[in-house]
Order: sequence, then structure tokens, then C-alpha cells
Amino acid sequence: MSTLHTINKSPYTNNTLNSCLRICAQNDAILLLEDGVFGAIKAAPAATELQSLTKTGVKIFALINDLKARGLEEKLAPNIQPIDYDAFVQLTLDHHRVQSWY
Amino acid sequence: MQKKILLISRRAPYGNSTAREALDTALAASVYDQDISVLFMDDGVFQLLKNQHSQLIDQKNIASTIPALPLYGIENIYVHQNSMDERAISIEELVLDEIKMLNDDDVKHLLNQQDHLLSF
Repeated sequence: MSTLHTINKSPYTNNTLNSCLRICAQNDAILLLEDGVFGAIKAAPAATELQSLTKTGVKIFALINDLKARGLEEKLAPNIQPIDYDAFVQLTLDHHRVQSWY
Repeated sequence: MQKKILLISRRAPYGNSTAREALDTALAASVYDQDISVLFMDDGVFQLLKNQHSQLIDQKNIASTIPALPLYGIENIYVHQNSMDERAISIEELVLDEIKMLNDDDVKHLLNQQDHLLSF
């Protein structure tokens, strides 16, 4: 009974990623998109928390078009998987519900 | 009468239109022969990254507009050092070579010299 969490705000100016991290359960997935992809770079404020979440089995994704649009492809943290729009649609099907932290 | 105007751009590009509006304002204001400076701080420093492929999300490239600012007479372009450090961005990764790096004290001093501040 897992949830897909989507984050579309920069973690440098917004607290939504932290709210999500507190609620996120095992088998859930997090997708970073739009300005949320600034949370996917190695230097991001919640990088350590995201890394420990990965170890507990939570999968973390970032939308590739949003990464490339912002010139962030080379800065992506290794524990975060870049995905395209088709894979985004598949994720919404793989999980029972979607929580949008906008 | 010429006034000193500092435009402060603090938002990331593309997620909303604020960054684009800041640049449009700078270009429009330059027509009126004012002393305009631009400061990029907080997430605004992300606007300056090279290798932006904004056509993938159907948006105009912000990083290609910024180097045009000097052509409009806007020579004083600054970036906040701490904001760069927090995001692990180095000056070589920016679209501008001539940008001036400012620490907190430099920013305080810069603000003190202005007649008007425009905050984006």
C-alpha cells in the first residue's frame, strides 16, 4: 500500500521536502520534479537524509527533463535515479496513491 | 535624474516566472538611462549555470539572456558568494566570466549605496 510523493519546490527556499521526509514510509517513492530537482544535487540541504532513506528501501527519482533544463545533470547525487515522463506515468501506476507536496 | 537601482534576483529559473521578470525589468529599465546593478543571491544563483537545456520543458533559456545585460549598459553584475558555496557552485560553472563575487559585508555595502531596490 505504498505512496508516491512528488516535490516541486527548491529545498533551499521551501520546507516541503522536509515535511515529506518525515512522513515517507518504507516502500514509498519520492519523485523530484520542476524546482524540486534542486534537491537532487549532491550539495542539496537534505542530501544526507535522502541518502539514508535510500538505504531503508525508499526509491528516489528526479525528472530528467527538469534536471537538464536547469543544467544539473552532472550534479545529480548517485543515489537518485533520473527518469523520463513515461517512467513518471509508470510510477503513478506502481503506487496506490500520489501525495503532491506542492 | 539618474538614480542608483539595484535589482536583487533570488529565485531559481523556470519553476515560476520571477527570474524571467527580473531580467525583463533590468532590460526595460536600462532604456531609461539609470545606473542599474543586478545581484544574484539564494536560488537566483542557479540562473547563472551553464548547460541549461530549457527547451526540454518548453521554456526560453534564461542563461542565454544574462550575458546580454552588458550590451544594455548593465555592467555591474554581482553574485553572493555564500549562496554559491551553499550550492557547491564554482565561478567556472557560470555563464558570465566578468561577474563580481560579494560576501555578506560587500552586499550590505552595495545595498547602502542604492537609491532604490527592486526585489525579485
